[in-house]
Amino acid sequence: MTPRPPGLAARILLFAAAIAAAGALGTAPRLRAAQAVRAGTPYTLLTASGRRPLATSDVRGHDMFGLDDLASLFQLQVHEDTLGALTVSYKGKTIILTPEQTLVSVNGRLVSLPAPPARAGRRWFVPVEFVGRALAPIYDTPLELRPESRLLIVGNLRVPHVSVTVAPAGPGARITIDIRPRTPETVTRSGTELRIAFQADDLDPVLPAVSSSGALVRSFSTSAPATLVIGLGPQAGQTRATTQAVGATAGRVEIDVMPAASPGQPQPSAPAPYPTPTPPAPSAPAAPATPAAPSGPLPGLPGAPAQPSLQTIVIDPGHGGSDPGVKGPHGTLEKDITMAVARQLKAAIESRLGVRVLLTRNGDQTLTADERASMANNNKADLFLSLHANASFRSNVQGAEVFYLGLDRDAAKATQEAQAGAQQLPVFGGGSRTLEIVPWQLAQARFIPESQAFAQMIEQQFQGKVPLDARGLTQAPLRVLVGANMPAVLVEMGYLTNPDQENQLGTAAYQNTIVQALYAAIVQFRDYLTHQTGRQNPGGPGTGAPKPASPQGAGR
Amino acid sequence: MSRTRLLATAGVVVAVGLLAWLLFARLPRGTARPPASAQPAAPAVAATAPADEGRTITARLFYVADDGLHLRAVAREVPFGATPVDQATALVNAQLAAVQPPLVSAIPTGTTLQALYITDKGDAYVDLSPQVSQNHPGGTTAELLTVYTIVDTLTVNMPAISAVQILLNGQEVDTLAGHVDLRRPLQKDLTIVQTGPPAAPTGKGH
Repeated sequence: MTPRPPGLAARILLFAAAIAAAGALGTAPRLRAAQAVRAGTPYTLLTASGRRPLATSDVRGHDMFGLDDLASLFQLQVHEDTLGALTVSYKGKTIILTPEQTLVSVNGRLVSLPAPPARAGRRWFVPVEFVGRALAPIYDTPLELRPESRLLIVGNLRVPHVSVTVAPAGPGARITIDIRPRTPETVTRSGTELRIAFQADDLDPVLPAVSSSGALVRSFSTSAPATLVIGLGPQAGQTRATTQAVGATAGRVEIDVMPAASPGQPQPSAPAPYPTPTPPAPSAPAAPATPAAPSGPLPGLPGAPAQPSLQTIVIDPGHGGSDPGVKGPHGTLEKDITMAVARQLKAAIESRLGVRVLLTRNGDQTLTADERASMANNNKADLFLSLHANASFRSNVQGAEVFYLGLDRDAAKATQEAQAGAQQLPVFGGGSRTLEIVPWQLAQARFIPESQAFAQMIEQQFQGKVPLDARGLTQAPLRVLVGANMPAVLVEMGYLTNPDQENQLGTAAYQNTIVQALYAAIVQFRDYLTHQTGRQNPGGPGTGAPKPASPQGAGR
Repeated sequence: MSRTRLLATAGVVVAVGLLAWLLFARLPRGTARPPASAQPAAPAVAATAPADEGRTITARLFYVADDGLHLRAVAREVPFGATPVDQATALVNAQLAAVQPPLVSAIPTGTTLQALYITDKGDAYVDLSPQVSQNHPGGTTAELLTVYTIVDTLTVNMPAISAVQILLNGQEVDTLAGHVDLRRPLQKDLTIVQTGPPAAPTGKGH
């Protein structure tokens, strides 16, 4: 006996089901030769190559795609047989649709659609849900249909759902951005524009309608590749962003927008650990004029001093690409650990401090030491932090260690040369101009005191939280630090050659402990820089700055 | 009587001190047949002179300390080299030789010395085989130990050598494993060496 082709049994089953259903209703099955079809709101097709519209039609009150559109888009073969059934084939797999039936056979398995396929003239239409329920199971690329957003996503694209609301909060406004799934983001401000760049391929946004003449917030929009752009109003002053997890998979960014202080009136402010230029600079936390009420002024913006001394940080995830770094006995690679911690630290700093953070690599790339340092130099970074995991010839060694540059024979000479690098050059029209020339190999020499201070802060922050090895803090001639023209430190977070510590370094909890300690050290270093600036420039933003703040709670 | 005894004791102490100075500090340089300045770039491997058969010096070689973070000095007998280059070659070869537990070497397995040069300035160039990088476990601490095993072996045992630059396959390199800057000669660093007297001799070097 000739074997039946696949799907034939399902076809018979469907036909029998149709007959039975029709019999129960006392009507004979019939095809509606023509349907009333109206153009619907198009979907947006998202692929790795970009966006494009995908037309829909309203057929009998259902959103439908033209089957011919889907066929050309996804390379499907459509065949209408004599029984009136439609066979949709893709690489040997079949979907069988039966007129007037909502049950569909997908490679022999039955699934249900909200409406039967419909014919209008020579075209067939299928409910939009056909893509997710029938086509996706047989297609070799992931397909995701989001009817609420009218999105059809093709491929492994990261397209988080971003829902934005804005509400008054005291004298200011609070913008709440819910992100699902949780996606790392970078918040930057340029004048009256806030940009929230997500580490994603695109966004699935729900934006609130706001008045273009809004005093604090006047617009929401998105820009490629995955950036939410918030236009601030003319009365917007300081902003502060905080990030938090919501449940296991979602995240939330809250941005407080404070009104700008009017002349002669201090900015509404609660305890502000950092002095602001508004006179007089308080030596103690400023008290609100009236007792704080639940609806009273928002807390101050401790993460955003008026002229921040720390504006850009470059974090260097050590190794990468063809250079895996240390390999633990269980196979953990240093390059993966450094990348994971760097990403978390970047998110923590940006969301809480509003400081620009750049990573020397965003993926698994091979970089030279000079490429890492030059990224920091070219972006005029104020701080360079290289993250590594250590190795020892003895497998029992464990603990973190912090390194800053040490120069031997040429140290004093190099420092002198670096400090004497400014040269007076004549300029056209008379006079002269001071040009700072810093030899690459000496760039770090003049920052060694600041680098040492930062290294000590990290060591201090690690104590009691992240175990340190017996040395803790070491000066060494490290290649990646030499060319950094700013305070620079290398942190070895632990020994991957120790099996216990290898397991520890791979856990989210331990990585988070390291991130929190590094974050606290960065806050402490920012205060240190502010204090230094204040001493050099009395009356400037650093006036009255406290001693390096207590690590706990600083800037939080 | 007691004055005579005192003088005799002092004489013995001075004599012992002089002998120690001759053995540990002066001997390698002082016995070099051509002065170092006369052979600024003589490759050691090619110029290995027949050393006096069986003659040795007691050198301080460096191995990984128990804490895994430092080096510790171990006194070992190393073949005598008639020239600075010969002596430096003997020292590096002794340092590269495999060791038995409890000693742990910071030199990756398979590393060999390909050439050694000493300049007029006292900078030694030690050309190692690629295994020193290929077989290295990585990590700043391990790399510091590897580099300063070589640097300190030469600078501690040979006063004529003031700094050491490690080459790989005859080429200058940035680092061995991504951390320690090797683009220029490195000076002796005793902060990485665990304090305390060198451990007792454990036998003759290779």
